[in-house]
Amino acid sequence: MTKKLKIVVLAKQVPDTRNVGKNAMKEDGTVNRAALPAIFNPEDMNALEQALRLKDRFPGSEVLLLTMGPPRAAEIIREGYYRGADGGVLLTDRKFAGADTLATSYALSMAIKKIGPDIVIAGRQAIDGDTAQVGPQVAEKLNYPQVTYAEDITGLDGEKLVVKRRLERGVETVKTPLPAVITVHATAPDCRPRHAKHLMKYKHARTFTEEQDNEHNSYLPIEAKANLRIPEWGVADVGGDEIHYGLSGSPTKVKKIENIVHQAKESKILTSSFEDIDSLIKELFSSHTIG
Amino acid sequence: MNNIFIYIETEGGKIADVSLELLTKARSLAKELSCEVEALIIGDSVAQHKEELFQYGAQTIHIAEDKRLKHYLTLPYSSIVISVLKKENPQIALFGATSVGRDLAPRVSSALVSGLTADCTSLEIGDHKEVKSGKEYKNLLYQIRPAFGGNIIATIINPDCRPQMATVREGVMKKEPLDVAVKGKVKVIDTAAILKDEDFVVEIIERHIEERKIDIKGSPIIIAGGFGVGSKENFKLLYDLAAVLGAEVGASRAAVDAGFAESARQIGQTGVTVRPKLYIAVGISGQIQHTAGMDQSAMIISINNDPAAPIHQIADFAIVGDLNEIIPRMIKSYKLNSK
Ligand SMILES: Cc1cc2nc3c(=O)[nH]c(=O)nc-3n(C[C@H](O)[C@H](O)[C@H](O)COP(=O)(O)OP(=O)(O)OC[C@H]3O[C@@H](n4cnc5c(N)ncnc54)[C@H](O)[C@@H]3O)c2cc1C
Ligand SMILES: Cc1cc2nc3c(=O)[nH]c(=O)nc-3n(C[C@H](O)[C@H](O)[C@H](O)COP(=O)(O)OP(=O)(O)OC[C@H]3O[C@@H](n4cnc5c(N)ncnc54)[C@H](O)[C@@H]3O)c2cc1C
Repeated sequence: MTKKLKIVVLAKQVPDTRNVGKNAMKEDGTVNRAALPAIFNPEDMNALEQALRLKDRFPGSEVLLLTMGPPRAAEIIREGYYRGADGGVLLTDRKFAGADTLATSYALSMAIKKIGPDIVIAGRQAIDGDTAQVGPQVAEKLNYPQVTYAEDITGLDGEKLVVKRRLERGVETVKTPLPAVITVHATAPDCRPRHAKHLMKYKHARTFTEEQDNEHNSYLPIEAKANLRIPEWGVADVGGDEIHYGLSGSPTKVKKIENIVHQAKESKILTSSFEDIDSLIKELFSSHTIG
Repeated sequence: MNNIFIYIETEGGKIADVSLELLTKARSLAKELSCEVEALIIGDSVAQHKEELFQYGAQTIHIAEDKRLKHYLTLPYSSIVISVLKKENPQIALFGATSVGRDLAPRVSSALVSGLTADCTSLEIGDHKEVKSGKEYKNLLYQIRPAFGGNIIATIINPDCRPQMATVREGVMKKEPLDVAVKGKVKVIDTAAILKDEDFVVEIIERHIEERKIDIKGSPIIIAGGFGVGSKENFKLLYDLAAVLGAEVGASRAAVDAGFAESARQIGQTGVTVRPKLYIAVGISGQIQHTAGMDQSAMIISINNDPAAPIHQIADFAIVGDLNEIIPRMIKSYKLNSK
């Protein structure tokens, strides 16, 4: 007897803040955020792999991606398809805009309730907001247990999921009942590559919004398209109290943003004297390069 | 009421440094806000820590002791924190940005529907005027944190909800005991009244210490050593510097071939390509096969005693001298300059 699991993977489209090379820098040494490519959040890739491994082990299981973002975040769902996911939902609505982690987790949790999964797998942290708060907050809103920093979802023991966690100074193995939220750490295995067969099949998957947009239109017969429609859900689809969405549902406000200056204006030559080294370290502190 | 709460984390029977750093910080915040500092500690036998907490300025200590709380578990620990914060209604609640704090605080913040700022490196008190409504707020907690992969520093506020919650990074704030300990109060929390069986559905099966896998690609700061480091033993200098900077250690191929470092650390054409925000090349000459793997780093510091070494030409800061003198000086200076 094998169990069939319904697994939701939370994935966010993020600017690639890790590889800020000299070409993504402005003259003044600050990052040109607009020049960073939009990617699948790296730890969400690790999360997807964990979900796909569960599906390999429990045939008939279903892996669905859930992403909240602007219309172009539909790319996340397609990327998931290419790597073996069975479907996905794009949560998109102007009313979601300006969300902090609390409002983000409210929206995600409302959509998850509608899907009704056995397991929710998220990345530990998104590389733009960098908070690692959404996973645990989603768990609380759903009243599910949470297991953070997972490195390996080792399997099921009866009705419970066994998860190996990566902590600061070691590892811990825990057993949790389902449904549960698991957040996956970067030390978990990398995601499998795209599969050519999936790529051929799903490259035409579109949201309704994309279909309306001629630029994205593909020349498929209508019936084929209906099959490949990526659902878009807004507030009206997931319900809930509007006050908890977007800006009004966000207690935290960004008061100020300071751009970090990464680059020294010109190459400086220093001696090994303590004075020279001390002034360098001070400079690194004040530019927040270290801290 | 309206005080500052610090969640006290323990590890291996000791209070975590970050908790003492937060108590130290809370004293000065409390002075500005004319309020008191309270500590909340949870475990199976933690009452022994109260003298130390008084020494760091806690005026009230809330103690939750229960045999079932020997190890940190999200659900029972968060149930207790949520219950205490609901009852005491503090204006500020702070947690260490450790693996425990970053698991616990978001769950608590969600239950309290109060904002949480992640991984702060600085906290200040300040005012705020909302542009749209013109509404003015006095004495808010400015929660200052790096985001966007460390490329920006954001100041976050939480104008309307209480408590204002934040997790704070380890080691960024000073840890300073008082000369004379506070004569404070202890409040014992009735854990039996708070904890339910459902809080214990997640079980720890096993825990052990295990070395972390090497992850140079994901590290924002890399300290790479070359053949000039001289020996495997001397690579310890680099690990010491990496430990204070929160960096990973990389290596040139010559260093790997000589057995100074594991091959997973090799950077370059036949190793990994990295683009961290800070790359410190130590005793590396800067051959093209090496620089191909790191020249896109946002900032490069080279340490080499040969003024003509090519690595100096691509560096933002070129330190000409002996690495054996320079690295200990960097560590010393870091310690002097970090708050
Ligand atoms: C400079 C700056 C600082 C900020 N600081 C804070 C802060 O301190 N506190 C705060 O509450 N908000 C903060 N925010 C807002 C926060 O970035 C957003 O709410 C964001 O939507 C979610 O937070 P995150 O990126 O940190 O995600 P994380 O909590 O790091 O994400 C963890 C995981 O949750 C899932 N996930 C997150 N977002 C989505 C999504 N949109 N769709 C699907 N899955 C998702 C992914 O699996 C992801 O790996 C800040 C924003 C900025 C620009
Ligand atoms: C096909 C091919 C692929 C290669 N791929 C790679 C690769 O992926 N990665 C890579 O790194 N290399 C690679 N190499 C090797 C590369 O060409 C160089 O040989 C190698 O990078 C040199 O390593 P190094 O700088 O550590 O050693 P060296 O060139 O020996 O330099 C040591 C430096 O340390 C300095 N020094 C010595 N003592 C001190 C001191 N006390 N204080 C300060 N400085 C000191 C010296 O001045 C010298 O500049 C490849 C080569 C080939 C042919």
